[in-house]
This record gives sequence, structure tokens and C-alpha cells, in this order.
Amino acid sequence: MGMRTVWRKAVNILMFSLTGLATLFTIALLFFILGYLLWYGGRSVSWNFFTKLPTPVGETGGGMANAIVGSGKLLLLAALIGVPVGFLGGVYLAEFGGGTFSFLVRYTADLLNGIPSIVMGIFAYTVVVLPMRHFSALAGGLALAVMLVPIVLRSTEQFLRAVPVPLREGALALGASKWRAVATVVVPAGFRGIATGILLSLARVAGETAPLLFTSFSNRFWAPGWDQPIASLPVMIYTYALSPYEDWHRQAWAAGLVLLALVFIITTGSRIILSLGFQSSRSG
Amino acid sequence: MVTSTTALELAPRPGRPGRARAFVGRLRSGDEIAYLITWAFAASVLLITCLIVYELWDKSALPRHKFGLHFLVTSVWDPVFEQFGALPFIYGTLVTSALALLIAVPLGVGAAIFLAELAPPRISDALSFVIELLAAVPSVIYGLIGIFVMVPLLRKYVEVPLHGAFGYLPLFKGPVMGVGFLAAGVVLAVMIVPFILSISREVLLSVPVDQREAALALGATKWESTWKVVVPYARSGIMGSIFLALARALGETMAVTMVIGNNPQVAASLFAPGYSIAAVIANEFTEATSDMYVQALIELGLVLFAVTIVINALARILILTTAGRGTAH
Repeated sequence: MGMRTVWRKAVNILMFSLTGLATLFTIALLFFILGYLLWYGGRSVSWNFFTKLPTPVGETGGGMANAIVGSGKLLLLAALIGVPVGFLGGVYLAEFGGGTFSFLVRYTADLLNGIPSIVMGIFAYTVVVLPMRHFSALAGGLALAVMLVPIVLRSTEQFLRAVPVPLREGALALGASKWRAVATVVVPAGFRGIATGILLSLARVAGETAPLLFTSFSNRFWAPGWDQPIASLPVMIYTYALSPYEDWHRQAWAAGLVLLALVFIITTGSRIILSLGFQSSRSG
Repeated sequence: MVTSTTALELAPRPGRPGRARAFVGRLRSGDEIAYLITWAFAASVLLITCLIVYELWDKSALPRHKFGLHFLVTSVWDPVFEQFGALPFIYGTLVTSALALLIAVPLGVGAAIFLAELAPPRISDALSFVIELLAAVPSVIYGLIGIFVMVPLLRKYVEVPLHGAFGYLPLFKGPVMGVGFLAAGVVLAVMIVPFILSISREVLLSVPVDQREAALALGATKWESTWKVVVPYARSGIMGSIFLALARALGETMAVTMVIGNNPQVAASLFAPGYSIAAVIANEFTEATSDMYVQALIELGLVLFAVTIVINALARILILTTAGRGTAH
């Protein structure tokens, strides 16, 4: 072997080792994040955290029951507004669309997906908070809903396209009209994937903080109804983490752990459901 | 689910009598209605986007008329005298994003090469799921870990030694506080690595196998085939993933707000506390009392929107062209 060959082989090994190190480092980051949250958050999560309201400044103890319920309400609202729009738009793209209009919708959805979440907050502020003249759960829900639409739309389209064409042809050959074939054959066949896409989109907006800061704002008490400022886990983490109180820092870590657990459970769970579905449909 | 749909279910059922029947009949035969309904929802995506543009434009009229383009190049931010210049925020946003790319691109592309070219498919898929989880971590949690864990570590093990060794360079001058441009850049880097990694990996995997085989057959080492054939082939897709990550970094709010130091200044030092567009919107929006103040913040949102839209549009085109090339084979 000449020097040249030795050199080239050395470069080969060196560069691939570096890429391996980069991979290792990136993977390690996730475990650092998980580790710190479990370490700090695990010590601070208690029964009270889930059942009590925040205590007044200076008093230790209390929990974030209102923020947990608040996050749930905001997500529900976002899903009620955003999912139908994204789903039906996705059905259009996959089943009825084609041509320039579809391309435009698809491209715009991708752009919408890339708009910073804080801009969605400004949008919800100008269309809901300004006319109502106060912060509300409705405004926060709308901001999150606008973020849901492009994600649900694209994933619905993707999973409907994965439904085999013969299924559609079979339905049409049996005399079903187009929309009936779509509603009774194609959508049920792609249902598992569509549901996964919706769950993943909810997991993504569940942790959003920026669009809520000046739409749903925050609240140290229960917020019945939809037209009041409402507490949410992400906003609580933000305010508590930046506060000067030791006890609030503990609560921020606890809230962080709960939020991350929620996001990871939804993400992992929907992945598992999806992979199980594909395996059974392959073998069946 | 698929097999449960039988021919019986699909067969036309006897309709209800009278007007209901006529309506159902029209609906059943009328694909137009289904078409129109779904079309309307698809069109609403365009409508929402136009509405966002309109609202941002309309609600930032006051500062747009008063300051014009000076808004972008002056650096006085004084709510009391209603003087608004966005330069420090634009500077902070650009510096932190550039830092983030500097760290994240080698990491992300390197790891993508490893996962696409070297790792066995099973491991590659398992690891890319881990990456997906990393991408799903909410930004406020990155901020939480940023202020309580990363900033103290960064200060002690990176900033103090750098300041000691190269303190005479403007880049590392001034007091070392932990929070600042560098901290924000590092947090951003961690946040965008998953995006660069997962998209680059997919783009690399879409490069046809015969490209690799041809290079190897000519006597190239594995690395030479990867670096001189596969990566150039996937170049525009990788660039696309970097642009997407850049757009994310520019608009990222919470994590940056928590570690950048929130001080509107244009400083050469990486250790100096700065401010970013998204951070100032997050911090001052609820405190803004006058119309001019609120609208100046909305105009900042407009700037952010315009910049990220352009970068996203470029990124999508780049990714589309590579993906198209991959499937053409």
C-alpha cells in the first residue's frame, strides 16, 4: 500500500468517526434534557401539584391544577377549530384536488407551518383580543388552532394518499358516488394515520408558549367559560422560571416534567399505534 | 377496518320518503357538494394566510408611516418618547441565528451522514425516532434548562476560559454574565439540530444507490463516495433543511427570551446581553400602553413574518427540487 492509500483510508475512518461522534452527541442531548427534568422535576411533583391552585406570592406549596385544566381547555378549543379545517382541506387535496390551486394550498400550508408561533399570537391578538378588549381562552385557542391547521392538513393528505387506489376503484365500481367512496372507504382506511397526525399536531402545540402570552395570558385562579384569561402549563413554566422565588422554580421544573411527559407520551403512543397498524395490515 | 367495508354497505339504500328523500338523493349523487365543502376548507388556508398578512400590515400602520424604513436601521427604542428603531433586535436575531447555524450545521449534517450512510437501517430508524422526540421538546423547556443548567455551565467552562485567553479580542470582551448572545446561540443550536438532521437524513437516503456503487466501483473509499458523490447530489436538499432550521431559529421565542439577557444593544462581544425580535415582542407586548408602542411591536412581528416566509419559501423549493430528482430515477 502506498502512502496515498493509507492516507485515504485514515481520512475515511476519521471522518466517519466524527459523524458518529456528532450522532452520539445529539442523542446524548435528549438524555441530558430528560435526566435534568426527571432529577429536578421529579423531586417537586406531588399530589398537590395536580390538585391545588397556585398560592399567593411568598407562601410555599400549592399547585397548578388550574393551569393543567387550562391547557386542556385551550387544546380542546384549538382542536375543535383547527382539526375540521385541516382534515377537510386535506381530504380535498388528496381526493378532489389537482392542478395549480392544490399546489398553492399545499405550498401555503407549508409556509404557514413555518411562521414563528409568536406571529400567530399577534394575529389572534389583533382579531380577538383587540375587538373584545381583554385576554381570553378563546384568543389562545384560536392562535393554537391556526398552528394546527397546516399540520393536520398535510398529514391527512399524506395518509389518504397512502390508501391503495384499488380500494377507491372497488367502491366506485360498486356504484358508490365519489364522496361516498371517500367517506365510507378511503377515510376509514386511512383513519389510523389521520388520527396519529392529529395527535402529533396536538402534542406539538401543547407546549407552545409564545402565542399564549398575550392571547390567553395567565390566571392565578380558575377560569370558568371561554372569555376570561386562562392559565396554561407552558406560560406558568415561563413566569415561574423567571421569578425570583426558589419555590416557584421548583414548581416550574415540576410543570416542565409534566408537560414533557404529556408531549412524549402522545408522540410515542401515536407512533406505536401507527406502526402496529401498518404491521397488521401488511400481514392481513 | 378496510375489510369491514362490504359491498352491502356501499349499495344504495332505500331513501326516506318525501322531501328528505329528494335532499338525500341530491346529496348522494351530488359530488359537487362534497367537492365544494372540502374546497372551501382548503381555500381557507389561503384565506387565513392572507388575513395574517393583512392584520400585520394594517395594525402596524402608525410606526410604518412615522418611521418608514428608518425603523429597520435606527437603534433607539424609547417607549416614553415613542421613538422606535428595531436595529438592536434585528442584530440580536441575526447574530444568535448565525451562531446557532455555525454549531448546528456540522453536528446535524454530520449525524445525518452517519445515520444515512453508515448506521444499519434498524438502528438508523430507532435513532431517528429519538431525534423526533428531541424535536418535540417544547421550547419553554429548552429555556428552563437553559437558564438553570446550561447558562451556569457555559459561563464557568466556556466563557470564563475564553475571556481569560482571548479577552483582548472584541468578540470575547467585557464582563462575563452567562446570559447573552452566546447562550442564546447555543440553545438555538440544540433546538434546530433535530430539524437539520432529520430532513438531511431523508434527503441523503433518497440519493439513488447506483450513485454510491459507481463511486465505490471506481475505487473510492466509503467516505470519498459519501463526500464527493452523495452529499453533492443531495446538496440542495441539505441546503433546504438548513434554511428551514434558520427560519425556525429566527422566529424562536421562549428559549431565546429566557437566556439572551434582554438588553437592546448592538455589541460585538458574544458575552454581552442582547435582545431578539421575538423576545422583545414576548416581553413587552402586554406592557405596551400606547397605540404606537403596540403597533411598533406588531411591525416587528411583520418583519419577522416577512423574513421567515421568504426563507421558508426558498427552503421548500430547494427540498422539492432534490426530492424530485431522487424520484426521477
